[in-house]
Amino acid sequence: MPHTKNALSFTLHLADTALILAQRNGEWCAHGPILEQDIAITNITLDLIGQARNFYQYAARLHEANENAVTEDSLAYLRTEGQFKNLLICELPNGDWAQTILRQFFFSTFQMLLFEKMKQSNNTQWVAIAEKSIKETHYHVKWSSEWVIRLGDGTTESHDRITKALDTLWMYTGEFFIPASYEMIEVTALKNEWMNKVKEVFDEATLTIPENVFMQTGGKNGVHTENLGFVLTELQYLQRVFPGAEW
Amino acid sequence: MNNNKDHIYSILQEVCDPEVPVLTILDLGIVRDIQFHEEEVEIIITPTYSGCPAMDAISVDIKLKLIEQGFKKVKVSYVLSPAWTTDWMSEEGKKKLQAYGIAPPQKITNNTRLHKMLFEEEGHIECPQCHSLNTKMLSQFGSTACKALYQCNDCKEPFDYFKCH
Ligand SMILES: [Zn+2]
Repeated sequence: MPHTKNALSFTLHLADTALILAQRNGEWCAHGPILEQDIAITNITLDLIGQARNFYQYAARLHEANENAVTEDSLAYLRTEGQFKNLLICELPNGDWAQTILRQFFFSTFQMLLFEKMKQSNNTQWVAIAEKSIKETHYHVKWSSEWVIRLGDGTTESHDRITKALDTLWMYTGEFFIPASYEMIEVTALKNEWMNKVKEVFDEATLTIPENVFMQTGGKNGVHTENLGFVLTELQYLQRVFPGAEW
Repeated sequence: MNNNKDHIYSILQEVCDPEVPVLTILDLGIVRDIQFHEEEVEIIITPTYSGCPAMDAISVDIKLKLIEQGFKKVKVSYVLSPAWTTDWMSEEGKKKLQAYGIAPPQKITNNTRLHKMLFEEEGHIECPQCHSLNTKMLSQFGSTACKALYQCNDCKEPFDYFKCH
């Protein structure tokens, strides 16, 4: 059934995207610039792990008919780079605080529009996860938008740093809106609104949206940057070395 | 097996949130339903936040408490919809929170804008120590996902606020 196959691929794409960004953000734990912000980014991480779990649990159920061995854990811990469908932007190294913040802002702004759209889908499980997650995504958007403004319209150094982050990250934002064959939400239609929201914050942050940039793609179809292998090596280490370990 | 919902609710009244131990899971409003199947009793709960790490501990605790009371087969399942809101917290729970030093969530009304403007914070949060309304937000994210960090401008004490959600 191609419909179920697409639903599974799309659910995995959403799960992988949330998980990999959570894994990256989690690297800030105990390394944040100040305690409150360390706690903020790790709180966001926890929300993303929760989303990932909800999507993986649903993906495991979509598998269930023929493969009982598939669980939320096997999907997260036992698949390889080529099987992961996360957005490329999520697997990039954190860089400095400016780069982490700007990625979160681009991502959460997109995710909010995506979840708004998902709430109208006819898949009740997606609707439930989207309705639950979006309440949290609102906090992520607010927090990251405020930080983009604080850094962009801050000191010369903070402005330089976020401008550098923009040069690094912008080429990975196109992928949000270029649909994969399995994608069941019309992401192309979200682009204008996303650009408007980014522009609104950028205007206040004294930042300019780059033009004519070649956009990187591939993540949705398992073609990744070299970074993902390193992320998964750390993420999956325990299950690879001690298969089936639980605590 | 005593197939009486009231009896089960009275047992669940002893299951506390491991992160905010003054609140029972009934105070929190996360118990959505109780169902009886032939040999089994099923407790249906909903998470406060998607990644709430307390859910696993709560689920184990529910099973233990019911088994102690003679229930042989207990199942705990999760529902996501409708999404939990702080409005499901009991008035009793809110009082306990305040006494514990955590400002309880404000009631969500038609006039509540849950999604604040940038740099805007939830105002009029009462200090649980000296009851002053002259308080400020230090961070939107506190010690757990459900709380924000505030400080009282009068008594200067920092405190947790269980934020509207
Ligand atoms: Zn006070």
